[in-house]
Amino acid sequence: MVGVLLTLTTTHRPATDLGHLLVKHPDRVQSFDVPVGTAHVFYPEADEQRCTAALLLDVDSLRLAGARRRGRGGPSATPETFNLGQYVNDRPYAASSLLASAMAKVFRSALRGESRERAELAATPIPLELRVPVLRCRGGAEVAVRVFAPLGWTVEATPIPLDEAYPEWGDSRYVDLRLTGVQRLADALNHLYVLLPVLDDAKHYWVAPDEVEKLLRAGAGWLAGHPERGLITRRYLAHQRALAGQALTQLAEERLTDEPLPADTVDDGSDTAAQGRPSLAARRRAAVLAALADSGASRVLDLGCGSGALLTALAGDRRYTEIVGTDVSSHALTLAARRLRLDRLPERQRNRINLWQSALTYRDDRLRGYDAAVLMEVIEHLDPPRLPALEDVVFGHARPGTVVVTTPNAEYNVRYDGLPAGRFRHADHRFEWTRAEFTAWAERVAGTYGYRLRLSGVGDEDPEVGSPTQLAVLTIDVPDPDHREPQLTPRKEERP
Amino acid sequence: MTVLDIPELALVALVGVSGSGKSTFARRHFLPSQVLSSDAFRAMVADDENDQSASADAFDALHYVAGKRLRAGRLTVVDATNLQPHARAGLVRVAREHDVLPVAIVLDVPEALAWARTEVRADRTLGRQVLTRMQRDLRRTYGQLAREGFRKVHVLRGPEEIDAAEVRYEKLFNDRRELTGPFDIVGDVHGCRAELESLLVRLGWRLHRDEQGRPVDATHPAGRTAVFVGDLVDRGPDSPGVLRLVMGMVAAGHAICVPGNHEQKLLRRLRGRDVRLTHGLAETMAQLEAESPEFVSAVASFVNGLVSHFVLDGGRLVVAHAGLKEEYQGRASGRVRAFALFGETTGETDEYGLPVRYPWARDYRGSAMVVYGHTPTPEPEWVNNTICIDTGCVFGGRLTALRYPERELVSVAAEREWYAPARPLTAAPARPDEVLELGDVAGRRHIEHGYGSLTVPAENAAAALEVMSRFAVDPRWLTWLPPTMAPCSTSSQEGFLEHPADAFADYRAAGVDRVVCEEKHMGSRAVVLVCRDRDGGRFGPGGGVVHTRTGRPFFGEPLDTELLDRVRLAIGAAGLWDELETDWLLLDAELLPWSAKAGGLIREQYAGVGAAGRAALPAVREALDSAAARGLPVGELRDRMARRHDEVRAYSAAYRAYVRPTEGLRGVTLAPFAVLAGSESSYADRDHGWHLDLADRLCAADPEFFTPTRRQVVHLADEASVAAATDWWLALTAAGGEGMVVKPYAGLAARSKRGSLLQPGIKCRGREYLRIIYGPGYDEPEQLKLLRQRSLGRKRGLALREHGLGLAALDGLADGVPLWRRHALVFAILACESEPVDPRL
Repeated sequence: MVGVLLTLTTTHRPATDLGHLLVKHPDRVQSFDVPVGTAHVFYPEADEQRCTAALLLDVDSLRLAGARRRGRGGPSATPETFNLGQYVNDRPYAASSLLASAMAKVFRSALRGESRERAELAATPIPLELRVPVLRCRGGAEVAVRVFAPLGWTVEATPIPLDEAYPEWGDSRYVDLRLTGVQRLADALNHLYVLLPVLDDAKHYWVAPDEVEKLLRAGAGWLAGHPERGLITRRYLAHQRALAGQALTQLAEERLTDEPLPADTVDDGSDTAAQGRPSLAARRRAAVLAALADSGASRVLDLGCGSGALLTALAGDRRYTEIVGTDVSSHALTLAARRLRLDRLPERQRNRINLWQSALTYRDDRLRGYDAAVLMEVIEHLDPPRLPALEDVVFGHARPGTVVVTTPNAEYNVRYDGLPAGRFRHADHRFEWTRAEFTAWAERVAGTYGYRLRLSGVGDEDPEVGSPTQLAVLTIDVPDPDHREPQLTPRKEERP
Repeated sequence: MTVLDIPELALVALVGVSGSGKSTFARRHFLPSQVLSSDAFRAMVADDENDQSASADAFDALHYVAGKRLRAGRLTVVDATNLQPHARAGLVRVAREHDVLPVAIVLDVPEALAWARTEVRADRTLGRQVLTRMQRDLRRTYGQLAREGFRKVHVLRGPEEIDAAEVRYEKLFNDRRELTGPFDIVGDVHGCRAELESLLVRLGWRLHRDEQGRPVDATHPAGRTAVFVGDLVDRGPDSPGVLRLVMGMVAAGHAICVPGNHEQKLLRRLRGRDVRLTHGLAETMAQLEAESPEFVSAVASFVNGLVSHFVLDGGRLVVAHAGLKEEYQGRASGRVRAFALFGETTGETDEYGLPVRYPWARDYRGSAMVVYGHTPTPEPEWVNNTICIDTGCVFGGRLTALRYPERELVSVAAEREWYAPARPLTAAPARPDEVLELGDVAGRRHIEHGYGSLTVPAENAAAALEVMSRFAVDPRWLTWLPPTMAPCSTSSQEGFLEHPADAFADYRAAGVDRVVCEEKHMGSRAVVLVCRDRDGGRFGPGGGVVHTRTGRPFFGEPLDTELLDRVRLAIGAAGLWDELETDWLLLDAELLPWSAKAGGLIREQYAGVGAAGRAALPAVREALDSAAARGLPVGELRDRMARRHDEVRAYSAAYRAYVRPTEGLRGVTLAPFAVLAGSESSYADRDHGWHLDLADRLCAADPEFFTPTRRQVVHLADEASVAAATDWWLALTAAGGEGMVVKPYAGLAARSKRGSLLQPGIKCRGREYLRIIYGPGYDEPEQLKLLRQRSLGRKRGLALREHGLGLAALDGLADGVPLWRRHALVFAILACESEPVDPRL
């Protein structure tokens, strides 16, 4: 219904040979049915000196929604299960994988470098100018340069403002892309075919399972030597994971990590840990495991276990006879179960491990009577006014013998480059405490609930700002009169 | 004829040999569903009712089912031979686990008759010698039943007596559900006769005295009944005087009384047991010295006749000295009595040497109100619909009564400290009493409330748990969530997907004659709970909360507090605190502009689409223009793209209408449109004229911060009124307004003529606004045709379910129902929100 545009211009003479290469006559307007609408091919200009072919993809938003529906769970899925974004979105206007797949259909032989009429020309680099007036470009115009320039293109990527009426909103995620260079037409088309979706980097719903093969085919001859091949491959294939995980993303798990987020760089997925040294997350796990081992616990709770990094370590240690992971996110528990391979463990192993959905703001009788509990990078995900509820649930009600708590040390944040002052390490952190703040909290909790407290740090200690992570071990002390527990089976045995 | 008395709730064991007629007897006297037959269970687990090797499993299953029935309070009859002690022991155990009385009915027929009956049955294979052995077991059984714990044993001898027997049900002593009050429930008196007299007088009772001037009875002109929660005696100055009055009132039918642990101990002493004269018993014994032996013996028989707890008023009220947990209410067993008298203790003693009491009320989830005494507290406090009204009169505190059903506390101060407390009265628990448990909300749940019922699927509850736990405000402050709102029926008028005519038709069809059309503000829904006192009130520390439609803090601090201050001031300036006699108010409002809260969403979701469209289409048109100039046949395509361009521009204009610069609260306004609740009242029954009038007064009090809601009241039968409102809507939406919400004028809780709850509001959105919902070109005829196929049933059903839950939550807020129950309702609204429904509706 609307238009996504790509124009291809050559000044090779005779320029109208472009029609032969594309197998589309310059004096005709042709239309092709593609899965999400109609693709039109026409020539805004066509003479000896200069010839421009336009591919206009007329996206039918209803068919688009229909295609997504099929992708999501077969025809039985009701039309009511979608997000608003599926109806009001940029697909009808912005170049993306939709345009790439339309290209693949409409310019099939050109993409392969075949031409019956002009075989030699097809194999010859010719002066080309490609324009995509609206291209969604994650990471900004600079990324477009990074992926196209090494291929010999002169890249002009002009950011499009988000809304002229509100200049303060800055640029949109779209650029007006112009590529000029001397290239074989087939190469040019293959570059676009691979790189348009890479730059878009949105989730796809209709990717074929032979995605890897397609990438290798389209990238033949240029991808292997591309300096950004890592980024290209990752983004291109990320779609596969997106496909698999689509159903689960509705309540996406916030990963419990306190490494600073890459500041909207394209360098996603890289490991921030220095080469050859364990990451802070690994050192933190080790510290927690050591504290647990010290406590002599054999039946342990990992409260807010996330996707189960610590559980995996606990499961591998025979001293733990019963391991319970809880999380408020059922999605996180699904990931943890997968990570632990619960469905494949032998029964005796399987019986040691339980995963329960539980919230640390509600008392849960199942959590009572354990030797130890871990709150690793959990408390900072709770709004401060809800902390008393957590304290009651964990220290008052569940009352494990030992509680190991870790949380970021806010003072250390100044040591993270790229973490602006005042920002937290994770988007979901509700607070990050200084050492004094954490100490005050832990001392109050210990005092109120009758625990003894030992504080330390995890990670390299900085003389000024301390360690990146704070760790507290609370061990149950004399039963506080206010928090005495009932007999396990109160009066049950009493005879009537 | 033999009459068999059986408690209404009992586990009845039929006892008899094979062929004694147990199954026939069971069929005649009990419902088939009440009878659990061992034969049937054997068949169930082993496909053969004679398979003795399956007996263990069969009885396992039988006991399990019996347990389920007894837990639910259902009479259960076990049809098995029950000739062996171990078999009967199993039944007694099940009965005791559920605190019901085990009863045995023995059917004793001559062996020859039993054999004759067994022999003719093709499905019975047992031999004569087995029957003989059974008969021998039966003989032995007689002497054992009572010892084994059967509280009643009925023996029927011979076929004639068996045939002639009748079953008669008897109520348990504690079952006084027929007494509906009103009641004045009096806390622990402990011999404080003077204070008791004063309290009764203050409650409006008239005292009747004997010739010596001693009160021996009291009557209430309004026919109220007094209820004493026990501990009448010990420690105080005149235990006999208290007993004389209470015994008189009970005998005259003006009062009922449950025993306290002190009466229990007194009785043991009076019976000559070796009881230590501690905790004030010495004083009572000394005072009784002065009384006649007849009086003392009357006291003993009075105390002896007291029933440990009462279930009153159709099961809505339970009175027991030390309280009673739900599983024990209406049950009878030693441990039930022990709980009622002494409460639950942890087995420890505190620093004063007194037993540590387990705070059972904190876990209480029953529907009956429990009123009790036993533990002196400085101030009675409701905890999960239970209240302890022992305010330590004898220790110099007060004597307190609870008026039921008014839930009103009345007390008189002690004349002096009569007895020094072993532990200071002020030692109140430091922890919150109303704590929420996972079991209150998690898993698949069926919820019944005053406006209907629904089942929350486990997966919805799981999703809601995550949102509630990670993002929502403190449950104490989360009193209500707005229900989702359905749009009007789809319009068939050209160019319209929604039109006022259809909104009006919807309500007309539901039998509504007057509606109010309220301007639909395009902002973000804000629910404001604000206390008069900036530092707190009934909801705990903090002066209020402003949250979103999913219960999240609105802006976060410090803006939310600033906003609350502003609202609090305006309410004060408008004089509403005093006028509504409340110290808190719950407001439903829209916060404007949309961009204040949803700026990110606008930029991410809406502006991007506009930017792409506004950039793409000129380029497309340029290319097509060039092609047209070359004489190519692109005319139609060019026209279409020109229309798309217009649509994208119209779309951009639509969202831009809701963007205004704000900084902090500067530029932000609040448009309240309903005052949902205040102290002890839900305002769901007030009409929208009332709500909007209060909203106007807030606007008048602070015109800078509050935005009024423009509206039209429409009489649906009046064509002119309907036409005027339609024109009003057209003008409103043409000027960039989102649209309107049509509501039954009668108010939130309006019902149809048939008595069912109405949709509380139906939205009717403007044509331009719908572009940002359905897409820039949604009104192309072809698209519109498809969109008109939208189905509203699911959305409407959801809206009504959420609305009912919300009304129930408001009632609960007004009635002071326990937090866990209110929270379960609000939680269910959130859980409903994870139902998959077309988000464009």
